[in-house]
Amino acid sequence: MSSTTAAHHDEHHDHPTGIMRWLTTTNHKDIGTLYLTFSLIMFLVGGAMILAVRAELFQPGLQLMKPEFYNQLIGVHALVMIFAALMPAATGFANWMLPLQIGAPDMALPRLNNWGFWLLPPAAILLTLPFTLALFGIGDGAIATGWTFYTPLSIQGGIGVDFAIFSVHLLGISSVLGSINVIVTILNMRAPGMTLMKMPMFAWGWLVTAFLLIATIPVLAGAVTMLLTDRHFGTHFFDAAGGGDPILFQHLFWFFGHPEVYIVLLPVWGFMPQILQTFSRKPMYGYKAQVVSLWAIGALALVVWAHHFFTVGMPVPALLYFMYSTMAISLPLAVLFFCWIATIWKGSLSFETPMLFATGWIVLFGIGGLTGLVLADVAADAQYHHSYFVVAHFHYTLFAGGMMGVMSGVYYWLPKMTGHMFSERLGKLHFWLTAISFNLTFIPQFFLGLAGMPRRIPDYALQFTEFNMISTVAAFVLGFSQLIFVYNIVSCVRGGKKATDRVWEGAEGLEWTLPSPPPYHSFTEQPIVK
Amino acid sequence: MNSNEKRQQDNKKLGLKLLWIVGAALLFGFALVPLYNVLCTVTGLNGKTNATADVTSNKVDVTRWVTVEFTSNVMPGLGWNFYPEQPSVRVHPGQIETVNFVAKNNTNETVAGQAVPSVSPGLASPYFKKIECFCFKRQELKAGETKLMPLRFYVSTDLPNDVKAVTLSYAFYNAVKPAN
Ligand code: HEM
Ligand SMILES: [Cu+2]
Repeated sequence: MSSTTAAHHDEHHDHPTGIMRWLTTTNHKDIGTLYLTFSLIMFLVGGAMILAVRAELFQPGLQLMKPEFYNQLIGVHALVMIFAALMPAATGFANWMLPLQIGAPDMALPRLNNWGFWLLPPAAILLTLPFTLALFGIGDGAIATGWTFYTPLSIQGGIGVDFAIFSVHLLGISSVLGSINVIVTILNMRAPGMTLMKMPMFAWGWLVTAFLLIATIPVLAGAVTMLLTDRHFGTHFFDAAGGGDPILFQHLFWFFGHPEVYIVLLPVWGFMPQILQTFSRKPMYGYKAQVVSLWAIGALALVVWAHHFFTVGMPVPALLYFMYSTMAISLPLAVLFFCWIATIWKGSLSFETPMLFATGWIVLFGIGGLTGLVLADVAADAQYHHSYFVVAHFHYTLFAGGMMGVMSGVYYWLPKMTGHMFSERLGKLHFWLTAISFNLTFIPQFFLGLAGMPRRIPDYALQFTEFNMISTVAAFVLGFSQLIFVYNIVSCVRGGKKATDRVWEGAEGLEWTLPSPPPYHSFTEQPIVK
Repeated sequence: MNSNEKRQQDNKKLGLKLLWIVGAALLFGFALVPLYNVLCTVTGLNGKTNATADVTSNKVDVTRWVTVEFTSNVMPGLGWNFYPEQPSVRVHPGQIETVNFVAKNNTNETVAGQAVPSVSPGLASPYFKKIECFCFKRQELKAGETKLMPLRFYVSTDLPNDVKAVTLSYAFYNAVKPAN
């Protein structure tokens, strides 16, 4: 139906070409491509930073860098991976796929959409510029507090902190604009007949994410603004000398920070069941249960933040409250896991690259969730807090649960976006190298944490050497395997076997009714659902 | 076409409505500052113990002993020495006690400082009552001046039985701003 209406629209090329096309574009596919490209580049930048860190950690002692520089690398690595790699990837998919999935001609607020993206490159530059400035003797480098900006360290830090604060402001505005756009698109632009409960799960995942973003990003913006005025304008929000309280900053930060971990994951939880169902060739299990669970997790995410600083000295009732509420999140999360497993249960499975990543994702993300449960236990956390156990935990959630989910999505939709098939052989190689080296990087870190190695240190005691060596070697394999991913994407964009409209045998949903690649303007006449 | 324009208007309207949530969240973030302080003073969280005490009719519980330990820190940017005359005292709950801290200005200009107290364990802080303390207001020392700074306090008889020792820690900060 729609392929005909779309095809003739493709003929008028009244949009500008070359660089101006990308600067001024309000087309959802163009903007989606921009987000995804930006995300991939920043993924490599953040990865390069942390490989330098791992190289330093190969042996005890200081070989390659000063501790100050080490501290800058880990903090900027994290900010880059979260705000410039993972979140833009999710927004990129939202731009590309939401309108196609719900049968809309474009995103609801196209102009806003353009601004939303173009705030990102300046933000990334602001964040990393202090590294370069330091080379010219200006300032002492990037933010060195870790990504959490904890006071009082961040009050005492150099200009890197100011740059990071402004960067966070831009990133925040960008996410808020993106979220408003997503909400309006989902609520107002669905094809006739597509009721909320008929929406693709991806739309649900993003809807929850978008509400979390507009409710928490402003709190972060407020917190870093107070930090800025504490630093330069003589206020004392977090400065004990003036009656302020450094712990208050931790509350404000994690009021945003905990929902943030779901913000980066909910979009993945949205599209992953769609991928699982495609390669199981049967409908997804428990649609309603999944929708309810997504909302339950979104709501609970707002009231559990203090589990990030159990050790700060809280009264027992507060400890108990934050422990039990955190553990309560595992109930709806378990419902989701059961639905995902039930979706592939007894399906006619085939393991093309997206499905390899999707099944690997269930297992690895599962480990992330279970280790999180360990950390939520107040008594246990007293030992694990600020150790490498935490580092391993959040990489199982963020790298496996987030990034590998995104990779699955990239392989799933790339043929739709480019009109070409990618190399299955390279895709599979990428998966196995990633999955194996990921585990070899981070399993040793669990043991290191259990043995008492603290995080955020450039040097360590001798007995930790072997595990660190394994972790470093595996991290380099992991890092360089991602070049296969890049190569596969680039060659798929440039050519390859033609993709069919449906691409995958079991694929369901409106996006697969359009040609691959879909025309520049699609669904100018909305399809009727059912 | 008409329906298209109508939809665009609807979209803008909904977008603007969502901005209200953003604004409310921003306000909420700033409102957390006073809320947090109220919560901490009410519950004595974080060892915030600025509650001054009246000295009326204190029973002394001579059956119990509590050790009160003192620690002192001079924060960066304040060129002072600052330490308690004695590291700890043993008191009965309810008994009023005075200890002295010594502060010396090592710089050659007049400097104002502000001491910030904190009690641990945090749960004991509501029971630690200061009657008179140099931390109630900022202290000024002339160049090279040394001053004895007294603290009068008692530990309330309601202090839970399992608390045998209370540590009072002071951090002395440079009070950069002129008083008020
Ligand atoms: C090649 C892949 C990666 C490796 C080898 C790696 C390794 C590391 C290391 C060694 C640290 C510093 C640990 C410390 O001393 O505290 C770290 C921190 C961190 N990483 Fe990664 N990482 C990778 C990918 C990612 C991804 C994809 C994300 C997020 C999507 C991520 C998020 C974080 C976060 C949030 C921190 C905490 C930083 C902080 O505490 O300030 N990492 N990573
Ligand atoms: Cu959390």
